[in-house]
Amino acid sequence: MIELLSTIGMVVLLFLIHVGKLAEFTALAVSHVVRPPFFPRLIAKSMLEIGYFSLPVVGLTAIFSGMVVALQSYTGFARFSAEGAVATVVVLTLTRELGPVLAGLMVAGRVGASMAAEIGTMRVTEQIDALTTLSTNPYKYLVTPRLLAGLLTMPLLVLIADIIGVFGGYIVAIYRLGFNPANYLSRTWEYLQTNDVVSGLTKAAVFGFIISLMGCYHGYYSKGGAQGVGQATTNAVVSAAIMILVFNYVITTLFFGK
Amino acid sequence: MIQLRSVRKTFGPKVVLDDLNLDVKKGESLVVIGGSGTGKSVMLKCILGLLRPNGGSIKVDGEEVTNLKGKDRDRVMQRFGMLFQGSALFDSLKVWENVAFGLIQGRKMQRPQAREIAIEKLAQVGLAESSGDLFPAELSGGMQKRVALARAIATSPEIIFFDEPTTGLDPIMADVINDLIVECVKKLGATTLSITHDMASARKIADRIAMLHKGKMIWVGSAKDIDHSDNPYVDQFIHGRAQGPISMELRA
Repeated sequence: MIELLSTIGMVVLLFLIHVGKLAEFTALAVSHVVRPPFFPRLIAKSMLEIGYFSLPVVGLTAIFSGMVVALQSYTGFARFSAEGAVATVVVLTLTRELGPVLAGLMVAGRVGASMAAEIGTMRVTEQIDALTTLSTNPYKYLVTPRLLAGLLTMPLLVLIADIIGVFGGYIVAIYRLGFNPANYLSRTWEYLQTNDVVSGLTKAAVFGFIISLMGCYHGYYSKGGAQGVGQATTNAVVSAAIMILVFNYVITTLFFGK
Repeated sequence: MIQLRSVRKTFGPKVVLDDLNLDVKKGESLVVIGGSGTGKSVMLKCILGLLRPNGGSIKVDGEEVTNLKGKDRDRVMQRFGMLFQGSALFDSLKVWENVAFGLIQGRKMQRPQAREIAIEKLAQVGLAESSGDLFPAELSGGMQKRVALARAIATSPEIIFFDEPTTGLDPIMADVINDLIVECVKKLGATTLSITHDMASARKIADRIAMLHKGKMIWVGSAKDIDHSDNPYVDQFIHGRAQGPISMELRA
């Protein structure tokens, strides 16, 4: 019994240590957003990495998601003769949920992992120590630009993903299910509210921040050579994915919770 | 110039630095020798503030540095240069950007001017201007060490640390690096603190040698006295004997 309690206590303590460390890390990194010097070149580089180079994979995810939602909702809704709702369902699912969540998960796998690997390698090869000895704050140089880039770029990326996804639904609806194009488009717009898009883009910004934060945090504290960097990469992706799903629920509650 | 008094550093139950005392005088070259895992690197990192000692005092020019933060730490850091064991070059930056990093970020110098100085420093360590546009991964280990040396001296620091400068190099390249260190340091008139277990390197670059064993300084003396130190630990180390008072702890 005592053993069981001590194990539980240990797990709780470890969890609290991590939460504390993460909170300190986040606060420090965020505080550098407003303290000069700034590194616009590094922010631009990260934005390119997160946004532009993720476009193909996120675009593919979005187009197939849109297509499958159109198909599924059509066959499902046909059971109670509500096929007309397909356009609305596609655009709402994509802007509110699938756009931000799927893009978030894809970018976590692509960018979060590479951030953790890069910063982790810099840690184990003493490059982060070298930064400090060259009068450069590693938070400012490595972490803050990535956090900003994640926060700013993900909404743009998701906006594009939304459009591509709706287009995917349109293709299936028109060429497979025989909808009238003008009718389908007007249906897409008819029930779409600003809040649907805004909530999705808010999610995207939060997810972008989470992805960068997890990538940087796990990379920064990685240790023990190649294996440690591998572990950091795994942790960065897994924790980012879980946090994305949790925050997805939280933000949905904030916007649409009754 | 650098004064360590009763510096203690522990990692969990393991005591790495145990009431360590050390003085580095202005303008001298002090080499700390000692086996692997005796705390040499930890000592350097404590002085640089990369690790925080559990107790004791570290003074640079009379100023206590163990609790410095922010701007004050940056100010003290600007006086230091460091050559890392694995070179620790930034692999996302070109060679010249690596060398110029301290000038651009630390000293706020314009890029074209910093590049000129970087090329000059590269020439000092025997690298052509064309190598400045390569990436570190495209260089051999010996060349990376040279770039790291150029980066360490680029800001003309007053104090330079060398962490195992010759490890992983062939004997000839090691000697070339030793010569470069001696030459560059003379030119700058810098104070240097090096750690190594390569005796050839220690003899070449040291004015004084100190030996670290189990977190304490067990011998400090002039480099030319190292062969008649009358200290069995030092004798064992410099002759590289497996038998003697230092027993290797094979089980950690």
